[in-house]
Amino acid sequence: MIAIIDYGMGNLRSVQKGFEKVGHKAGVTSDRQKILDADKVVLPGVGAFADCMNNLDRLGLADTVRKVIASGRPFMGICLGLQLLFEEGEEFGVHKGLGILKGRVVRFPAELPGNNEQIYKIPHMGWNRIKIRNRPPHLKGVEDGGFFYFVHSYYVVPQDGSIAATTTEYGLEFVSSVWKDNIFAAQFHPEKSQEQGLKILKAFGEIE
Amino acid sequence: MLARRIIPCLDVKDGRVVKGVSFVNLRDAGDPVEIAKAYDAQGADELTFLDITASHEKRGIIIDVVKRTSEQVFMPLTVGGGIKSIDDIRALLKAGCDKVSINTSAVYDPRFIKAAAERFGSQCIVVAIDAKRTVPVPDAGRARQITEVSEKLPWVQDDEFRSLFFQGVDKNGLHWEVFTHGGRQPKYIDAVAWAVKMEELGAGEILLTSMDQDGQKTGYDIELTRAVSDAVSIPVIASGGVGNLDHIYEGLTEGRADAALAASIFHYKEYTIKEAKEYLKERGVPVRL
Repeated sequence: MIAIIDYGMGNLRSVQKGFEKVGHKAGVTSDRQKILDADKVVLPGVGAFADCMNNLDRLGLADTVRKVIASGRPFMGICLGLQLLFEEGEEFGVHKGLGILKGRVVRFPAELPGNNEQIYKIPHMGWNRIKIRNRPPHLKGVEDGGFFYFVHSYYVVPQDGSIAATTTEYGLEFVSSVWKDNIFAAQFHPEKSQEQGLKILKAFGEIE
Repeated sequence: MLARRIIPCLDVKDGRVVKGVSFVNLRDAGDPVEIAKAYDAQGADELTFLDITASHEKRGIIIDVVKRTSEQVFMPLTVGGGIKSIDDIRALLKAGCDKVSINTSAVYDPRFIKAAAERFGSQCIVVAIDAKRTVPVPDAGRARQITEVSEKLPWVQDDEFRSLFFQGVDKNGLHWEVFTHGGRQPKYIDAVAWAVKMEELGAGEILLTSMDQDGQKTGYDIELTRAVSDAVSIPVIASGGVGNLDHIYEGLTEGRADAALAASIFHYKEYTIKEAKEYLKERGVPVRL
């Protein structure tokens, strides 16, 4: 069973239905015990960094996430679920994250060097390519250069660049997913990225 | 490089797609879920449902459509039409939609956009603007209009919003005004200034429809699209008037839109989404193929 952590942020149904579509059982829950008992855990999330962190804390789920990750079980973060793993985010003031990964979460600069072909608007919203830097089992069968759906205004800057699994170009090159031990976390939304995205959900469910 | 998006839009009434959709091989061409699957297979980048169900009591129907769609289709889904409250938005997001598109409720209470963005994040709040070219009235008439409109829109009396009325005219002496109720009710608000205000209040995207061009099949209002795209820093979806693939190309290049929304050219199978993207790609527009 895959537990999808519900802390009141965003569309969780698509994550659950995505797993079911590729044949994995998944349930949406905010019950700490159920999360701790699950084989695998997913931390999704859209919205503002501070709100999400506050909600996690308020529901007592921040420690649950730390415990799950410390236990070595496969863990996947999506979008804000990636950003929250880092030490701090600067959205609406500087806020502490879970601090499980070293690094920061920063905003795209207001003035990215655009031209007539590409104006860099913020949020970075839509389909963009990933470049695979270090292929984790989660990206099994995923095409290098494939398109994924993004919607975000902030991106992660890991202290240790070697944890970057993929990078993406948007006026600058940013880390679009990380892989470290039992953690895989992506800025893009596998559950909204059609075939390519479902491959990631399938691969995550198959990890031993 | 970020791909420009192609977004088919379906008008849904009482749970059924109302404008003709002529896909072959569909078991039920009036079922939004079946059509969503067909567009998914064609490589649509997102999907928009516009709920035109008249009665608020029947809102449960669109929720059910969203639920069923999100079990089958894994791409971003936007729902617009009749969204009046934070609870309406929550119910839609919970059912599996990613963004909501808000039009009339924003005009009646701009601060609703702020409240919605603060609660759910800007990324899921799309503000839909229906704009129409009009001849501005002289200053004295303007004051009268503001008084008239303030009966229904008390917020227009607030200093914060005064600048939204009549900012200037184009070279033909026209400007774009915000309309509601399918282009029937003028609100005297300057559409470009309105878009800027909506961004300031937390909108994450603008869905811009030209009411002059809507249904004409002679192309987007490129000047309008360009004016709004240049004025805001959030993505703009061009809408209203697509009759051929060159219109989409114009909207994404001269109009500087980030995404193109179209209904009939896809529904009546004049072109597939894939054909549209191939056309754009040949002309150097980045698309996802």
